[in-house]
Amino acid sequence: MKRRTIFYLLLIVLLVLAGSGCTKKESNVIKIGVFEPITGANAAGGQLEVEGIKLANKLYPEVLGKKVELVIADNKSDKVEAATAAARLVEKDKVTAIIGSWGSSLSMAAGDIVKQGKVPTVGASCTNPLVTAGNDFYFRVCFIDPFQGTVMANYAYSKLNAKKAAIIQEINNDYAVGLAKFFMDSFKALTGDQEAIVAVANYNTGDQDFSAQLTNVKAQNPDVIFAPGNFTESALIISQARKLGIDCPFIGGDTWETQEFLDIGQEAVEGVVFSTFFATETPITAESAKFIKAYRDEYNKEPAAVAALGYDAYILILDALKRANTTDRVKLRDEIAKTKNFEGAAGIITLDANGDAVKNAVIKVVKAQKFTYLDTIAPQ
Amino acid sequence: MTLDLFLQHLSNGISLGSLYALIAIGYTMVYGVLRLINFAHGDIFMMATYFAFFGIVTFRIPWFITFPLVLVLTAALGMTVEAVAYRPIREAPKISILISAIGASFFLENLTIVLFGGVPKPFPAPTLFTDVVQVGTVAIQKLTFYIPIVTVLSLLALLYLINKTKTGMAMRAVSMDQETARVMGININHTIAFTFGLGSFLAAVGGIMWGMKFPQIQPLMGVIPGLKCFIAAVIGGIGNIGGAVIGGFILGIGEIMLVAFLPNLTGYRDAFAFVLLILILLSKPTGILGEKTAEKV
Repeated sequence: MKRRTIFYLLLIVLLVLAGSGCTKKESNVIKIGVFEPITGANAAGGQLEVEGIKLANKLYPEVLGKKVELVIADNKSDKVEAATAAARLVEKDKVTAIIGSWGSSLSMAAGDIVKQGKVPTVGASCTNPLVTAGNDFYFRVCFIDPFQGTVMANYAYSKLNAKKAAIIQEINNDYAVGLAKFFMDSFKALTGDQEAIVAVANYNTGDQDFSAQLTNVKAQNPDVIFAPGNFTESALIISQARKLGIDCPFIGGDTWETQEFLDIGQEAVEGVVFSTFFATETPITAESAKFIKAYRDEYNKEPAAVAALGYDAYILILDALKRANTTDRVKLRDEIAKTKNFEGAAGIITLDANGDAVKNAVIKVVKAQKFTYLDTIAPQ
Repeated sequence: MTLDLFLQHLSNGISLGSLYALIAIGYTMVYGVLRLINFAHGDIFMMATYFAFFGIVTFRIPWFITFPLVLVLTAALGMTVEAVAYRPIREAPKISILISAIGASFFLENLTIVLFGGVPKPFPAPTLFTDVVQVGTVAIQKLTFYIPIVTVLSLLALLYLINKTKTGMAMRAVSMDQETARVMGININHTIAFTFGLGSFLAAVGGIMWGMKFPQIQPLMGVIPGLKCFIAAVIGGIGNIGGAVIGGFILGIGEIMLVAFLPNLTGYRDAFAFVLLILILLSKPTGILGEKTAEKV
């Protein structure tokens, strides 16, 4: 019995050592925190962004004569865990800047922490306006949902000739609720019909059964269903909808662009259309071409838009570090805020007064189990 | 609400309810014999879906060979959990075993994250089961018919095993008094291991059915079904197998009807299950069938 106790104690000690082995202080290293969901419901999205960030780190490993070290903190796709992970990066690891997170809710959970800790943070693909609103230290390299919602409402109205739309939204996800709201406002304005949204159905992150919501939606007979939300739940919704005999088009937002969406949805997601940030078919800048080639070489697959954005967030921070010529976090923040016409892999980045990038949206369709480029929409 | 719509909702509810019932049976049976709430049940259920995934996707074994294999492997896993996490502390106070059960649950979840990654994987459901049939205007997946049948068959088989066989008699004896049962020459370790194996076997049946209905698997997928089925077991009277089935149906149909009739409360769907649990515990702590103690196992 005693020997067993000692064995377990040793095991614990080993695990603790393994976990803390890499935190010694070195002044010739610049630490950049990577704040992403590596596990949980959003893991596939988070891991894609991490791939982009790691690739950028590999191509640009040094700045100001120092090595850049990535400190990865898993926010576990959970708002509470996200706050803990962000606090760890700010207080324990004392990073110079943070990149992340996939998922607006997770990013918002970190908002106050990075603001109070004065750590400049650059979101890659979090599109809810509230992430950067009122927060001087949060920036992002992607467009925001008022634009994305309008793009999809326009698509539904002018390309699909839809007069009646239904919404299925992930109710505890700020991204989905925000995007759904902007879509509804825009769609009502386009059709000139206040009753154009015939049904609004909700679900929770992690739900697996959507039959009741879908049965209600089916009874309203919409022309199109807008279903912003996490990719796994969305794929299940679409496949359950098809099985219930709902055959109208499904449209959604940027979160759908993951391999898992295709794997889980299979033939049910054929033909769905969504807005996103970037397409390999139409490289925008010289950096795009460099990124696409390096990504294919490194990971042996096609890059997703969020990987490009993670890459952009990293090189944007490095560029600002160069201009600031110091690792002082407040000076770095000021330089990031001044970013103008910066050439990223997913387009030219100019940050506006809120710290949001203003750029084009890309529309993609699922064709033969692949994400295929459909159209590019410029902001008004 | 039209009749067609209501029937569609009802078929959805029965389908979900029978899944809950199927998983709750194993839960309640282990409790019946050992007076132990096996919190790792949901995670064993999750492991079963991963076994099926690896069998069909990675090793390309046809489903009709993979599924029986999964049942056996999962039963073995359940027995291993029992031998490692519960047997060494069987004489300890109940609360220690409960904590050990929670530990086993966390261990399995995190082991899966480390070994297989946190990214959801598609469950390889054979189309034979997932096809849709139209009954009037009501669209029903074939699975919707199969799951209740599997649930009822499992229930009958289990009742037969417990009430009519020697092993079942040993299980009932152990549930009444372990010491006395030992004196009577019953091998306690074997009987308890068998109970866990059987419970995990049923969890695997539930896992395969669940995976076919919701074809997405991830390491934490067992948590909510585990809790819901625990609630179903309590509603029916924990320890009572027939009660677990009734509890499962009440919970499944109740959830669907909540979303169907009060769409604004959809966000409170999981909360509904817990409110129901609290109400039952306040008004009738023994559950619906809980008083028939003779049928305890």
